[in-house]
Amino acid sequence: MKRLLYLILLAAYPGPPCFPQPDPAEILKKVENNISSENRVFESTMIIHGARTSRTMTSRTYSVGDKQAFTEYLSPARDLGTKMLKLNNQLWIYSPSSDRTIEISGNMLRQSVMGSDLSYEDMMDDRKLTEIYNSRLTGTETVDNRKVYVLELTANVPDVAYYSRKIWVDAERFVPLKEELFAKSGQLLKRMTMSDVKYIDGRWFPESAIYKDILKQGGGTEFRITVIKFNQKIPDYIFSKAALKQ
Amino acid sequence: MRLAIKLAIRNLIGAGLRTWLNVIVLSFSFVVIIWIKGVMAGWDHQAKKDMSDFEIGSGQYWHSGYDPYDPFSLLDNHAPVPEGFRAGVAEGSIEPELIVQGTLYPGGRLQSVIIRGIDPDQKILKIPTGKLDAATDAIPAVIGSIMAKNLKASAGDRIMLRWRDAHGTFDATDIVIEGIFSSNVPSAEAGQIYIPLERLRKMMSMPGEATLFTFSSSFSPETAPEGWVLRTRKELTSSIDEMIKMKSTGQSILYGVLLLLAMLAIFDTQVLSIFRRQKEIGTYIALGYTRHQVVGLFTVEGTMYAVLAAILSAAYGLPFLTWQARAGWSIPIDTSEFGIAMAKTLYPVYSAGLVVTTVLAVMIVTAVVSYWPSRRIAKMSPTDALRGKLQ
Repeated sequence: MKRLLYLILLAAYPGPPCFPQPDPAEILKKVENNISSENRVFESTMIIHGARTSRTMTSRTYSVGDKQAFTEYLSPARDLGTKMLKLNNQLWIYSPSSDRTIEISGNMLRQSVMGSDLSYEDMMDDRKLTEIYNSRLTGTETVDNRKVYVLELTANVPDVAYYSRKIWVDAERFVPLKEELFAKSGQLLKRMTMSDVKYIDGRWFPESAIYKDILKQGGGTEFRITVIKFNQKIPDYIFSKAALKQ
Repeated sequence: MRLAIKLAIRNLIGAGLRTWLNVIVLSFSFVVIIWIKGVMAGWDHQAKKDMSDFEIGSGQYWHSGYDPYDPFSLLDNHAPVPEGFRAGVAEGSIEPELIVQGTLYPGGRLQSVIIRGIDPDQKILKIPTGKLDAATDAIPAVIGSIMAKNLKASAGDRIMLRWRDAHGTFDATDIVIEGIFSSNVPSAEAGQIYIPLERLRKMMSMPGEATLFTFSSSFSPETAPEGWVLRTRKELTSSIDEMIKMKSTGQSILYGVLLLLAMLAIFDTQVLSIFRRQKEIGTYIALGYTRHQVVGLFTVEGTMYAVLAAILSAAYGLPFLTWQARAGWSIPIDTSEFGIAMAKTLYPVYSAGLVVTTVLAVMIVTAVVSYWPSRRIAKMSPTDALRGKLQ
């Protein structure tokens, strides 16, 4: 009888307390809220670590949402005055040495940006991750002494550059701290590491990132934001082809 | 004429060393010109044969948008095998190839490559595609020796290959080098890897698609199906013709210098003969020769240098040229970086036409050079000439 009672109690025990897992789509939405903004103006330094040497270039960027962006290179002298304009899915580059504006389209979008580990296409894809990937929360880990959610994203549309991604999202600040991009075969292609997360204008934002093409030699491309301002008044003429030659 | 030739031979032999020096210089020109022209003809023959064997077969059908010089357009220019080619593909007289762009990462370096999907059982090209029929977890690949040198790769090596499928999605996996071939055709080797056609179609999500078709001599090329363009062997080898033409133009300067040296010697000899043999000229005219007949006599004498030179050339040139045709001429520099189909050893090819035209051309030039100073004879006074008075 005692034994029977024990079995009944055991069957009735609900187990250890079970907390609800956060919804991965919700996590991604929070990340997008932090990273995206109505508009922003920032100055940045891009350091391209090649196999033998490194190159540093600085630029100023104006952007409105994900659809409009204007970048002007400030240094080195060789690239001074080079400008890039992105309007929706079109991209133009102005080169002061030739005084010509070239539209980067089709397969040219797959080329590297100024010799970095980023392609124009990486910059151009403005679709939200939640629109083109199915996400799955695989667990929690610790990155840079911070608790992170690990999300696995698998493409749900055929026309994506990277079939799957893995993102480590800060569990408190909802900022990605690491991201890995994979080929269809599962081969790791690129890794991004974000750091220097700061609280700016009511949002958490990583000010440094390292993009690394895993298959290639070299130390990757370092991207540091030196000044960033959100929700600024940006004149409309900045996002016109005429602004490229000014 | 017979008398003129008899007299010419007697005078030439009488002139001794001066004659033989002229003949030796002229014979050297003969041999060198025939040898260089033979090397050019041999290069033309070998380059076209190698191109047929390793790249173009007896001709090709290209997708209308295919441009081998624009790798960025490759992803957009392919189509399913046309209905009219299906029987030829089944019997092996026409072989489809799918061509796309990719990136190899040998030892962390990045190298853009053209990936060519080819049937492992094809018999039209001499590329060792049979080696692609290998059981391996990686993609079996065959590369040319130029590519192997650039990649610093050898058979059995594994290299990471990255590509984008028809939708633009990245994919990457290892290739394993199953074979390395040497073709003397840089366009079939440099920056190219060959993998099984069906594997590439699957990798690219392009089932049944092709970029071009290569046909064998047993295939009768007809009007190209819609969306395809026929490229004949003549069209595809026109770059070789242009290269040979350009090289031949450059070499004609060398022929000119060689002939100029020989002709200068003949011209000098003729001027000296006319100056020293004025009494003889006067005697001929006194014996009833017209001035033009005497001019003809001296012209024949000059032209006889070319005849003797041709005989001397045959004596030492024939063994030399025959040996060269067999042993070939090894180019002392690496030709693989030239970007043109060129073997390391070129085997000269001499045709009867080449020899006859060269001999005739040299004889005509010699005759003109011999005639030129002889014209002075027509202006001579026969009585003064007979007296040996300088004119």
